[in-house]
Amino acid sequence: MRDGPERLREFLETMVMVSDETERASVLISYADRFKEVPPDIARRPFPEDHRVPFCESEAFVWAVPNPDGSLKFYFAVENPSGVSAKALAVILDKTLSGTRPEQVATVSPDIVEKIFRQNISMGKGMGLMSMVQAVQRLALRACARSSLFQDLA
Amino acid sequence: MKPTEARTYADPEVLVATSWVATNLENPKVRIIESNEDTLLYSSGHIPAAVHVDWTSDLNDSVRRDYIRKAGFESLMSRIGVTPDTTVVFYGDKNNWWACYAFWVFQLFGHTRAKVMDGGRVKWERERRMLTREVRQYPETQYKAQERNDSLNRAFRDEVLKHIDRKLPLVDVRSIDEYTGKRLHMPDYPNEGALRGGHIPAAKHIPWSRAINPETGAFRSADELRQIYMDENGLNPDENTIAYCRIGERSSHTWFVLKYLLGFKNVKNYDGSWTEWGNLVDVPIEK
Repeated sequence: MRDGPERLREFLETMVMVSDETERASVLISYADRFKEVPPDIARRPFPEDHRVPFCESEAFVWAVPNPDGSLKFYFAVENPSGVSAKALAVILDKTLSGTRPEQVATVSPDIVEKIFRQNISMGKGMGLMSMVQAVQRLALRACARSSLFQDLA
Repeated sequence: MKPTEARTYADPEVLVATSWVATNLENPKVRIIESNEDTLLYSSGHIPAAVHVDWTSDLNDSVRRDYIRKAGFESLMSRIGVTPDTTVVFYGDKNNWWACYAFWVFQLFGHTRAKVMDGGRVKWERERRMLTREVRQYPETQYKAQERNDSLNRAFRDEVLKHIDRKLPLVDVRSIDEYTGKRLHMPDYPNEGALRGGHIPAAKHIPWSRAINPETGAFRSADELRQIYMDENGLNPDENTIAYCRIGERSSHTWFVLKYLLGFKNVKNYDGSWTEWGNLVDVPIEK
């Protein structure tokens, strides 16, 4: 699946239509404004290092919690108050990937960062944002592995 | 940390505190300018009355690897409502990398009524000072700029080669891994295409970040800076000095420190930096 699950594909198709740089910035900031940090029943500070997104200067953390139907719910924390792009991406990933089965999330490519941010991506941020997508992908792959292990045991 | 005015800089006028900016927001002779690496930051909230100058779209030529020329600078100054008598005050993210870079480009056009806000955006935020999303529009001005003069503050590759022959000091302000050639780019940053790693022969390695107090984000005092640049690394304010990094942004930060805070008489920023030197055929490289 080229751009991963259905909701993500629809979202990317919508973003393609936002060609104006200022308008795109405003859309991304509106997503960042909706950012809600991981709730305390999932994680508390200091956040465990194994949930830290590598190479992300916004100090992002990510968690994947399985839903009863086997899909995943993603939670994020962004410690850098200036981490606007990381917050926007966290909201977008939650909105488009939470509730999706891990094997579908695992197909999502880090290239979506370029499609979402386009000219609003800065040099240092790009690598960190792609790393956020890879962290989500890794958690999905881990969930897939756990699920196949359970099937083997059953 | 001592207040800005007590840190005995060579040119104390060029650096202002966040409190100074807060009291001059509505000063008609002052224009606050935010310059960032993160293109979303200004729109997500900025110092009230501040305008945005983008290092790529506003300061760089859109086709050749060079800066805007006289007409482009006049157009920019007109758009942000600046006259030759306006004092521009730069601030931004990444400990003022891009603020210093924009300040440096402004100096190529001789706009010397220019200052940097010490500590940059992060200090303003940490002090919980007001940010707004309201974009202030200023009446357009008629700004008559001088032709861009690169000779005083900008070095090109031929000058760097002569500089090496004359055994004059160069300062490499990148990370240790970039300096030694282990990496071709900053940690966490993309490789922008340097074919060779290492540094320009005999360049001193003084990372830009050493000029910053990590706790406050502000510049270190003149005494601390002298200790780093002169005592530890043997730089001499009377010698011609060239700073470089990867594309000239981090080295404009060090250029600012050497020229204004320590009073080096002739210091230039080699903005071609490693993305040029690391691709040039038959130039000397050390690892």
